[in-house]
Amino acid sequence: MTALLWRLAGLAVVAALIAGWSEIVAQKWVSPVFLPSPERAWTALVHGLAHSDLGVKLSGTIEHMLAGWLIASTLGIALGALIGSSALARTYVGPTLEFLRPLPASAVIPVAIAIFGFTPAMALGVIGFGAIWPMLLSTMHGFAAVEPRLGEVAHALRLSRWQAAWKISLPSAAPDILAGLRLGLTVSLILAVVCEMIAGLDGLGQWVLLAARSYKSADLFAGVMLLGAIGLVANSALSLAEGRLLRWRAREG
Amino acid sequence: MGRRRFSPPRSYGEGNGAPMKAAKALALPVALLILAEIGARLGGPSDSIAPPSAAALALVEALGDGSLLEATRDTLLSAFGGLAIGAGLGLVLGILLGSLRTLDRLMELTIELLRPIPSVAVIPVALVALGFGYRLEIAIVSFACLWPLLILTRAAVSGVEPRLIEVARALRLSPWARIVKIVAPASLPRIFVAFRLAAGISLIVAVTVEIAVNPIGLGYGVMTAGQALRPALMLAYLFWIGLVGYGLNAVLVLAQGRLFGRAARLEAPR
Repeated sequence: MTALLWRLAGLAVVAALIAGWSEIVAQKWVSPVFLPSPERAWTALVHGLAHSDLGVKLSGTIEHMLAGWLIASTLGIALGALIGSSALARTYVGPTLEFLRPLPASAVIPVAIAIFGFTPAMALGVIGFGAIWPMLLSTMHGFAAVEPRLGEVAHALRLSRWQAAWKISLPSAAPDILAGLRLGLTVSLILAVVCEMIAGLDGLGQWVLLAARSYKSADLFAGVMLLGAIGLVANSALSLAEGRLLRWRAREG
Repeated sequence: MGRRRFSPPRSYGEGNGAPMKAAKALALPVALLILAEIGARLGGPSDSIAPPSAAALALVEALGDGSLLEATRDTLLSAFGGLAIGAGLGLVLGILLGSLRTLDRLMELTIELLRPIPSVAVIPVALVALGFGYRLEIAIVSFACLWPLLILTRAAVSGVEPRLIEVARALRLSPWARIVKIVAPASLPRIFVAFRLAAGISLIVAVTVEIAVNPIGLGYGVMTAGQALRPALMLAYLFWIGLVGYGLNAVLVLAQGRLFGRAARLEAPR
């Protein structure tokens, strides 16, 4: 009950902030070229979705984000499991990965353009490269940090390598992998938007940049609101999945 | 002093001398470079990809004429400027929200709604208001660096041992003294971890803004080299950006170890 009340109070704060925003615009403290009123931004959002191609841009961005994320997740988890379960592979590959990890993923965009041109494949390559790190490193860490006694159990039960990976390492690495998946999705969204801005691919990145160039601040804010919504939904969905998949763990401890 | 990082138990046949370790670490990159060199040379001259040797030459040349260092300066100025503003704001807000429970609950929804906005989505908004240049980049880096500091400082401050707060109350410390003498020392290791995270983000976001719109710095350098069909220079820039990122991270990890020892490592968020 109190939680609900606090939620309502939080909602009141949001409403007050929007009213303040509206007031700032009404008083002309900030030029409407930079800041549209909330009403205008909302109208632009509704109008864009119903009559313009804002909906197409929205689905374009979601598509780029999810496709790149899936590629990165599949590769990242598979490679991470392989490297993580072998100490030998870790000594040889680990340092190279440590060097590559802090590299800003967007810096490979020009290289991807040189190879793929201004195509959706370029975006997938960039997102795949950028979003693979959280997944790869957290899976590696998860597989490497399996409780040694569990390894002994696998040995005693004469599990094959494959069985041991599936039945012991994977569940024990699950929290790390899920955390990596969540971070990877955030990175995917950011890179999808950047690629759309640079390569002019159909998506919200292109929409907001064009709106800014033609000083249509209402359209611009509509696009930014949608991007925030994508981020919010994606993050909550994965949090929810994380909670469900890791329920056995909470029960345990 | 516990300066070595915790690592999983080593397997039996592993060499443990430092030179051996370095050789193993270098084996893969060297092999890849040789492969890339052969591959690029077999493919003949190309407008999109250059052999590593050509990239190395381009790197030396760009270092020699000062263009690379100038670009590095622009990028780091923007990144650190934005980091200072964003991290400072995040720190203040995080301390406020972490110590005032009511305020925290009131602002929770607002923060939940604002935080998922991808930092790059703010680029066009800042572009309209500020135009091209340092200010644009600093504004966006600040926005990106605000969140990790805010969220992790809030968690660190509200997670301070309650008995320490009771001590502060018993000593009748003023709110300011309580923050300076009790809360800050207790939460500083975790806040530094947040700062390290934000510093990494600041460089990434600065380069991203330069690649997307802003005509200064390393990001712009790598972009124009690519557009000018100078793949060797483009790869040289890319390698340099990687080196800067690696160096920044290494310095911060070292500083964290020196300043806080084990305390910071145990509570590092993943």
